[in-house]
Amino acid sequence: MKNIRVLTLMPTVPDTEYIHKCTSACAGCSSDLILRHVLKAAGPDTVLVVPACCTSVLQGVYPNTSFGIPVYNVAFASAAAVASGMAAAFEELGKNTNVIAYAGDGGTVDIGIQALSGALERGTNFLYICYDNEAYGNTGMQRSGSTPLGARTTTTPGGKPHQKKDLDRIIAAHHLPYMATSCSAYPQDIVRKVEKALSIKGPKFLHILAPCPPGWRYDTAKTIEVGKLAVRSGMWAMYEREYDTLTLSGQTKAAMMKPAPLEEYLKIQGRFSGLKPDTIAEIRQSMERNLRLLKKEAEGTC
Amino acid sequence: MLTISTGNNAVAAAVREAGTGVVAAYPITPQTEIVEQIANFVTKGSMKASYIPVESEHSAMAACIGASITGIRTFTATSSHGLLYMNEMVNWAAAARLPIVMANVNRALGPGWNVWAEHTDSLQARDTGWLQVYVATVQEAYDATLMAFRIAEDRRVYLPVMVNLDGFTLSHITQQLEDVKIGDFIPPLVLDHKIDPAHPGGYGCMTSSVDYVRIRSDIERSMRDSVEVIRETEAEFAKRFGRSYSWTDDYRCEDAEVLILSMGTLGKEAEVAIDILRSEGVKAGSMRVRWIRPFPNLDLGDRELVVIDRNYSFGFGGILAGSIRAKTGKTCYNVIAGLGGQEVTYHDIASFVRNRKIGTEEWFGVKI
Amino acid sequence: MYEIRLHSRGGQGGVTAAKLMALAAFRDGKYATAAPFYGAERRGAPIVSFIRIDDQQIKIYSQIHQPDLVVVLDSSIINLVNVFDGLKPDGKVLINASEIPKAASGYKSYCVDLTGIALKTDLIVAGSPILNTPVIGALAKLGLFSKESARAAIAEMFADERNLKAAMMAYEELVV
Ligand SMILES: Cc1ncc(C[n+]2csc(CCOP(=O)(O)OP(=O)(O)O)c2C)c(N)n1
Ligand code: SF4
Ligand SMILES: [Mg+2]
Repeated sequence: MKNIRVLTLMPTVPDTEYIHKCTSACAGCSSDLILRHVLKAAGPDTVLVVPACCTSVLQGVYPNTSFGIPVYNVAFASAAAVASGMAAAFEELGKNTNVIAYAGDGGTVDIGIQALSGALERGTNFLYICYDNEAYGNTGMQRSGSTPLGARTTTTPGGKPHQKKDLDRIIAAHHLPYMATSCSAYPQDIVRKVEKALSIKGPKFLHILAPCPPGWRYDTAKTIEVGKLAVRSGMWAMYEREYDTLTLSGQTKAAMMKPAPLEEYLKIQGRFSGLKPDTIAEIRQSMERNLRLLKKEAEGTC
Repeated sequence: MLTISTGNNAVAAAVREAGTGVVAAYPITPQTEIVEQIANFVTKGSMKASYIPVESEHSAMAACIGASITGIRTFTATSSHGLLYMNEMVNWAAAARLPIVMANVNRALGPGWNVWAEHTDSLQARDTGWLQVYVATVQEAYDATLMAFRIAEDRRVYLPVMVNLDGFTLSHITQQLEDVKIGDFIPPLVLDHKIDPAHPGGYGCMTSSVDYVRIRSDIERSMRDSVEVIRETEAEFAKRFGRSYSWTDDYRCEDAEVLILSMGTLGKEAEVAIDILRSEGVKAGSMRVRWIRPFPNLDLGDRELVVIDRNYSFGFGGILAGSIRAKTGKTCYNVIAGLGGQEVTYHDIASFVRNRKIGTEEWFGVKI
Repeated sequence: MYEIRLHSRGGQGGVTAAKLMALAAFRDGKYATAAPFYGAERRGAPIVSFIRIDDQQIKIYSQIHQPDLVVVLDSSIINLVNVFDGLKPDGKVLINASEIPKAASGYKSYCVDLTGIALKTDLIVAGSPILNTPVIGALAKLGLFSKESARAAIAEMFADERNLKAAMMAYEELVV
């Protein structure tokens, strides 16, 4: 049993590429990286459903596409509902094609949450992935419900006055067979979680943090570093939940024992410049609360 | 002050100058700068208003409705899919008789995704009970937005007004702008039917067919009354601020034997085409249609008509051409041009006139 | 009417440069429009802006196909896009480079090292040199608008004095 565990922590990443090089994503885009690994894990019998977001742009301009699998572009609010229809149809047709909705945080926590909640509640056989760059990237970085407290965006020039929406607990309330969080800085973790998700029938959900150089305002070379700092500081927690059983991922367990300083994570990003000490304290408080709750839940003490 | 501005920033500046109290809006290209600029004004304190960063356009219009019924001045801005997504509430706002002002930055509809100019988005909302005006310069975007509040809030109207500007072509161009001190040009909003616990009542409850018909016909009566209100407002604006506007923007029409009718920025570019045609001896004129609702009484005489539609109603034809045919009984040469931001130059427009075949429709750049 | 096509990469400040050009011409008492042409590209992709200057109101919104002047903020674009396309026979080219690239030698070309000037004046934001204000100085030298209007436009849009300094440095350095 122990061996299997070790093996699944270090999966071999499939060689096949389903995204061509030189997409029109910004330099240092981590969403591109996430998608690359999602598709490696999913393989060729996959359809991607993409609402309006940066991913609609990075495919390139018709008649070109940078993807090696079919991508179905749909209206902003509709990804989960379109995927519902597609999943039902494939089932009806006797096909095992993976239906993956790949949506931004805006398309998930804001305009798309109604369709998502419906699809999850109906037990739709699909995987919904929210890549979270914590703002509306496509339209030039306006705040979303997923933008963290204090972050500057073009519609919160003085820093966002509201907390980041706790999407994962909303999703958890749907009691899914599988949901997980991950981060672009850990591609092997993404591959493993996508493979696992796709091996399960029913609704699956993945929430992946996607640092974004122009939006978060850091140097394009630091995308991995920023992602790792998010996890190591505890600002972003990685775990899996199978129905009501929560398992913390190793990176987050480590961060709980010996966290990197939160300030380091904030300092590296221009969007947090000029944060007041009160706001930092508030950010820390909600981060600690989140970790505390997760830890309790993982230990089965809540 | 005379300065330069983009179309989007001009709209935002007008919304601030108008003393708007609540703005609820959602980003969408190419309108986003309006929302961003207003958020900026509110954050910096130069605009005393509540800006609600809603989670969708449906909620944007819904929040405007909730705000407006209290009797506060209310604004939103959107474009294309945003307008489509809020459509239920767009209809609601008009039938609830709320003087909301909305800027719609005209953009094509997907799929495929296309962020460039086209008028099909707002023209799909033409039957909702909103007044609709289409502008062609940065200055006009500013002026029309200011006038929109006064027109919408007039007791004889109490209907929402949509100001339409071409995506990118106008929203993102930099031109000169003279802003104004609005003074008492827009009187304080008095909404007779505002919600007020001192006067309990049911708003929008179950309504019998008899009352429904009466209420609907009242919308049309106000739409008709708005003609006079628009005329008064534009005249007063000209008197105070020196810039005059009307139902159409006419260029060298007096002795024209052939008229180009169009909307938005194409209508300005058409004026350059007119000069070329005139130099060739063609007596041409341009009539840029500004108001689509209420639809103006066009005096077209017996001139030949070339109607450019930057929109399309599938299975029917260009919407401007169709409206002109319905209202005047005149046939025209209908050119469908500029969809999805297709480039249409003044040379192209001049050739539309030269090659006109009255009674036919043609799509610029493609054969169908 | 004088028509200018400006080539840059997304994120380099080409759009702001175009606005500044319109503002400077406007402060000269002219009519001016600046229209960025956006593709669906992200940061770093080549983009074009169109600037028109005239004594009368400008009614044209379509693109510029026969420019009087081509401005290239990033000389690497010359290998990707035909920046000289449609240039009028007596049209000029201004390139951000320390010497005129070979491809531009057949035209009435001018060059000035705007990137160098930005670095020298410490005009750097988020690791990238700012080119939109220095180029205004160079354009004033080319006679597009007066030096005073260039100053006024920059002062109107930017409080940081390094912008003005860099623009004036470009004015001095450009040889015409
Ligand atoms: C109904 C509707 N409203 C607004 C838009 C404009 N829009 C397109 S993508 C987007 C933001 C997407 O943000 P997110 O989902 O976080 O994805 P990201 O762009 O950050 O990848 C917006 C506002 C639209 N396409 N449709
Ligand atoms: S804005 Fe951010 S998420 Fe979008 S393509 Fe650029 S780097 Fe990627
Ligand atoms: Mg996002």
